[in-house]
Amino acid sequence: MKVRFWGVRGSIPSPGAHTARYGGNTTCIEVRSDDNSLIILDAGSGIFPLAQELLKQMPVHVNVFMTHTHWDHIQGLPFFTQLYIPGNSVRIHGGYDVVAGRGIEQIMDVQLQYSYFPVREAEMKAEIEYKTLAIGVPVAVGDATVTPLMLNHPVVNFGYRIDCNGKSVFFTGDHEPWPNIYAPDDEGYDEFQQMVDAQQAQLDDALAGLDVLIADSSYTTAEYASKIGWGHGTLEGNIAWGRRLGVKQLICTHHEPTRSDDELERVFAAALANAAMTSVGPHEPQFLLAREGMELVL
Amino acid sequence: MSALTPELERKLGTAVERMPAFPRSVQKILELTRNINCLPKELVVVIEKDPVMTMKILKVINSAYYGLPSKITSVSQSVVYLGINTIKNLALGFAAVGIIPRMNQAGFDVQRYLLHSLVVAGVARQLATQSARGEVDPHDCYIAGLLHDFGKVVFAQFMAVEFRDALIHCAEHSVPLHEAEAEVIGVDHGLVGALLAKRWAFPEPLIDCIRDHHNPLAEASAMMDCLRVADQIVRYREIGDSGNPWREAEVHAAPERFGDDLEAIVTKLGSLDKLVEDAMMFAQVAKVQEES
Repeated sequence: MKVRFWGVRGSIPSPGAHTARYGGNTTCIEVRSDDNSLIILDAGSGIFPLAQELLKQMPVHVNVFMTHTHWDHIQGLPFFTQLYIPGNSVRIHGGYDVVAGRGIEQIMDVQLQYSYFPVREAEMKAEIEYKTLAIGVPVAVGDATVTPLMLNHPVVNFGYRIDCNGKSVFFTGDHEPWPNIYAPDDEGYDEFQQMVDAQQAQLDDALAGLDVLIADSSYTTAEYASKIGWGHGTLEGNIAWGRRLGVKQLICTHHEPTRSDDELERVFAAALANAAMTSVGPHEPQFLLAREGMELVL
Repeated sequence: MSALTPELERKLGTAVERMPAFPRSVQKILELTRNINCLPKELVVVIEKDPVMTMKILKVINSAYYGLPSKITSVSQSVVYLGINTIKNLALGFAAVGIIPRMNQAGFDVQRYLLHSLVVAGVARQLATQSARGEVDPHDCYIAGLLHDFGKVVFAQFMAVEFRDALIHCAEHSVPLHEAEAEVIGVDHGLVGALLAKRWAFPEPLIDCIRDHHNPLAEASAMMDCLRVADQIVRYREIGDSGNPWREAEVHAAPERFGDDLEAIVTKLGSLDKLVEDAMMFAQVAKVQEES
């Protein structure tokens, strides 16, 4: 299995000299199973350079898994050139949106309203199919299986675990470890904390034996204090999580759009230095910052 | 016993989805959500006091979309699973439906019904804490109390004429309301509430409590005991109005667990003043009305 990063930025594309090394495109990850089946995780602006690359291969049969429908994860979808080409097939998977009361089929319907984009979905010539997923129910793609797991973000957000011939990778999409909505001296604190712990334990169980964890690491712990409830994780929190799960690699992604490459490296180094103070398990994971163009081979 | 055709059941199910919530919760949700930094716990407190909002949240969380490994019975738990922002936006959607009118063609005062439900919920939780520790989660007893009479508000909203006749029949013939409903409508509020709860995949023990809280032959459970005794105490003390007044001839609900002296149970519970006062404020039922 191969994993390639096409977009690693959170919130908004951030091109420029200050982000040239890690890249300014928003979230998009290409996964190739051992039999070369194509899985794309999210359709941020990074899906556009991927689409350019895929033009060399025709026809394309692709399964796109959307973690959630916030702009930075869908804004590249109308520019996924393969949608316009007859003979291609694009299957778009995602969760049910309880607030809108609709499944993933709304994803282009909403963003392709005529005032906002000149092409209607009906004019796209590829064979497009939508699959609204159920939590924990695996979907087969070639020789891989993709399992959606419910995480925590302001909208329904699925993390995806991909398993292929004994190797596995999990991408969180946008995720904030479940916070306790009560203060420690509130009456409901302990009970809520038990539920949070049970939820985390259930997720950890579902990630047993994981090789590679790709996690939303938008903030530092210090920054997080003023961003509780925004739905994003921290570098320090994910370092601890990766160790706890015993993964081989932790890839930190969803970099803050205002963070320059130098600054990103600085806060990452500080988080690692901080983590080095605490005890580690028998196998320390390899910790990396996601970078556009980076490829992992599992 | 059921006069509820599958067609009517489906219609009621759809209608309830558009059912407005109670005035105080709608007002509080609108007020709280105007502030982007509103405290999640404050939202939970409001939703937990409104049977309509609670029903709707449990319906969403237990739906097949999420295929959760175990059924969810609490609003807090729903917050963990769905996230506070989703809960907030769902609540805003519920608030946008409007406000349930206090009076209806059935002549059933829904705000005094809310007071009854809130106090039964609080008493059931307290009974569970005092007398059924380790057997049942007190919070589940709270939810059972809050939702046990949901069928009545469904009747009042969607089968008002039939429900009015049942209320009249209950008063004129001095029979329990559920018997009057069975006689007049062909189905009682327990069954209707349970059918909806089942349709929305609520946890089985909760469905059982809603369906059987008036059925002496139903299998007893700690939750059922706490709910039935709480219901009796609240009607005995004439707090709120469930449309079903206390009758001296009533058989005590769970004598094995609680004895058969309601006064003694009330004494053991301790003061209900705070609970009743909070519930009255939320239900917007003034003291003077309560005493009249």
